[in-house]
Amino acid sequence: MGLFILRRVWVMILTALCLTFIVFFLTSLYPNLEKLAKTQGNMRMSDEEVASWLTKAGYMQPLPVKYGQWLGVLPGWTRTTDDGVTGRCINGTVPPSEAEQAPRFCGILQGDWGYSTVFKDDVAGIISTRLGLTGKLMFWVLMLMVPSALLVGVMAGMREGSGTDRTLSTFSIITTATPEYVSGVIFIAIFASSAVGLKWFKGTATSAMENATFENFFLPVLTISLYGMGYIARMTRASMTEVMTAQYIRTARLKGVKFREIVVKHALRNALIAPFTVIMLQFPWLLNGVVIVETLFNYKGFGWVLVQAAGNNDIELLLAVSVVSVIVVLVTQLISDIGYVYLNPRIRIS
Amino acid sequence: MEPLGTFDIIIRILYQFIPVWIALVVLFTASIAFKRRLGLYGKLFDSMIGMIGFALVMFWVFTGIFGAMDMIVTHDPLAQISGMKNKVPGTPLRSPEDGQYAWYLLGGDNLARDVFSRMVKGAWVVVQIAPLATLFAFMVGITLGLPAGYYGGRLDTLLSFLANLILAFPVILLFYLLVTPEIVETGVPNYMATVLFIFPIIFVGVLLNSRYYTQPKVRNPLLIGVLGVMLWLYLSLISEVGSAVSILPGALDFFDLPGGILVVFVSVVFVNSPTVFRIVRGLSMDIKTRDYVAAAQTRGEGPWYVMLWEILPNARGPLIVDFCLRIGYTTILLGTLGFFGLGLPPESPDWGSTINEGRKLLTIYLHPALPPAFALLTMVLGLNLLADGLREESLKD
Repeated sequence: MGLFILRRVWVMILTALCLTFIVFFLTSLYPNLEKLAKTQGNMRMSDEEVASWLTKAGYMQPLPVKYGQWLGVLPGWTRTTDDGVTGRCINGTVPPSEAEQAPRFCGILQGDWGYSTVFKDDVAGIISTRLGLTGKLMFWVLMLMVPSALLVGVMAGMREGSGTDRTLSTFSIITTATPEYVSGVIFIAIFASSAVGLKWFKGTATSAMENATFENFFLPVLTISLYGMGYIARMTRASMTEVMTAQYIRTARLKGVKFREIVVKHALRNALIAPFTVIMLQFPWLLNGVVIVETLFNYKGFGWVLVQAAGNNDIELLLAVSVVSVIVVLVTQLISDIGYVYLNPRIRIS
Repeated sequence: MEPLGTFDIIIRILYQFIPVWIALVVLFTASIAFKRRLGLYGKLFDSMIGMIGFALVMFWVFTGIFGAMDMIVTHDPLAQISGMKNKVPGTPLRSPEDGQYAWYLLGGDNLARDVFSRMVKGAWVVVQIAPLATLFAFMVGITLGLPAGYYGGRLDTLLSFLANLILAFPVILLFYLLVTPEIVETGVPNYMATVLFIFPIIFVGVLLNSRYYTQPKVRNPLLIGVLGVMLWLYLSLISEVGSAVSILPGALDFFDLPGGILVVFVSVVFVNSPTVFRIVRGLSMDIKTRDYVAAAQTRGEGPWYVMLWEILPNARGPLIVDFCLRIGYTTILLGTLGFFGLGLPPESPDWGSTINEGRKLLTIYLHPALPPAFALLTMVLGLNLLADGLREESLKD
């Protein structure tokens, strides 16, 4: 087990390195840098001005060198001018004596995530506050999605082919066919529109960032949950119907155990192994949903930062965003593998 | 003129769709009459769910096709008519000219364009791109997944690592990195197209070669003919005069994809193929242990023959089902691209872009955003139901 986890962690680091390098490569292509220079400096810069701005800001170094500096395995660039010394690890322009005291390496290995050009702030700070906001959203999504999906799946799979089963299965197919930007629009139209709607909830979740109430937070949570819910419910239903036809369930029925008790005591635990992995593997999808819903409801969390960073070619923020999302994806995969082994006695014992 | 009531609007919309109803009735009568002779397709008509799904899908397919022929639409989807900005469904035009349809059936959007016509035209964008992109993704996934599952070992480790690498990217981040005007300028999508679109040629080439290599007289003309045509199509698809990849001279260049469409197409194929790769790899690992594979190996068949003519046909059931689901997923992805305003031009009538425009005024004006939202919902729902029906019917025997 220890070796297995160790190998997975190694693959994880390798994947993260490859991914960040790809992001680095794509964001450092010249047209992208040109856009960055124009948005940071002046929209009407000539080509020479753009080139000199990029050189001054250290963007014109060779790609591997820049990547090494970002990682913190190569010393950050410095440049001496008449006013003093500037550099990657130095804030503003300082006299040479001060510059010598600045650290030579400043990459993510040293805990320095860089500086966001859009928000004019440290990347680490932005990421942690935004992740906190998205964490709040995700928590409520999971609280709503997982129990209701399992309930729907178990109810549908309990008696295969019954009316309940057909209704609930149709419901879960409809939810899997409704992407967030469709269900969100429909929900806003029904529940939040000022023209004809019911006006139960608010159409934006901006106020939910400080003070989340049922009124301003329920619609985004519901929108994300519904899309993932149908899939989990269908998996649960499939595994429940399989368990319900097993020999030991028939034996229990023949013994005269009540149907309720068969479901709760005998079937449920075995039926929940498969959905567990599915729930874990849903996390990457939830991340997508988060980006869409945060844009739609104007909730300024992690997904919103992703859109801002990508739209403005904010290289270091974008790299941090991709590192975080890659870690989320890979850690959930790892947990799902370990959990599967742990939950399933047939694999655990052999 | 009076504004139309709800009942009138519904009747008039149903009337506009007449070509679609006729096509659907013809298709269903013919299919049900001959269903015993049509294999898996015919069996679909034994399952109620499958039929409903198929009807929904074909409704939008016919709408797309007839819409592209200007049959269903009431107005030009790009034309702005003064005084129709954000007007509710059923509003009459202020001063209709001769031959102009006198109402906006589903109202006008914030640029005074007809919502109904835009929705119909949007179907064509999806019908054009989604199935073809899915097909390309399947070609890539199959061509790489079969050897990975069949040989295993280093090749499998490498390809699986690459597939997981792409899968670990959040899709939207990938879109934002690939589908921007700046990236199009560098030609990265053209290079990716060059790599991705070569897989169908490899696939068909290997498929035919492994089947007919014992009969060179059949194989040589067949391969030269088929590969020649495909290569020419490939070259005229990827090369574009003035872009980063320009191999063919303009005279031989048969057709050009508009830059925006090519990028969208490439990125959708790129996002979908790793998942297909994983499915095919799993299936081929499972099937290669069967007796008929061992029999073929004993007969002395080459590895590609075994993969493409023994393993692949026996994996078709799950692959067909996944194909339907994946077209739906591709439709969702196209909508996502439109929703974030990536790739397609801003005035494009595709559903994602229309939803994105409509959502900005959603709390005041509902009608511009809802029709494309329902269109996308029913199309994807139809594909999911179709996949369910196919799965049910293919499990029966």
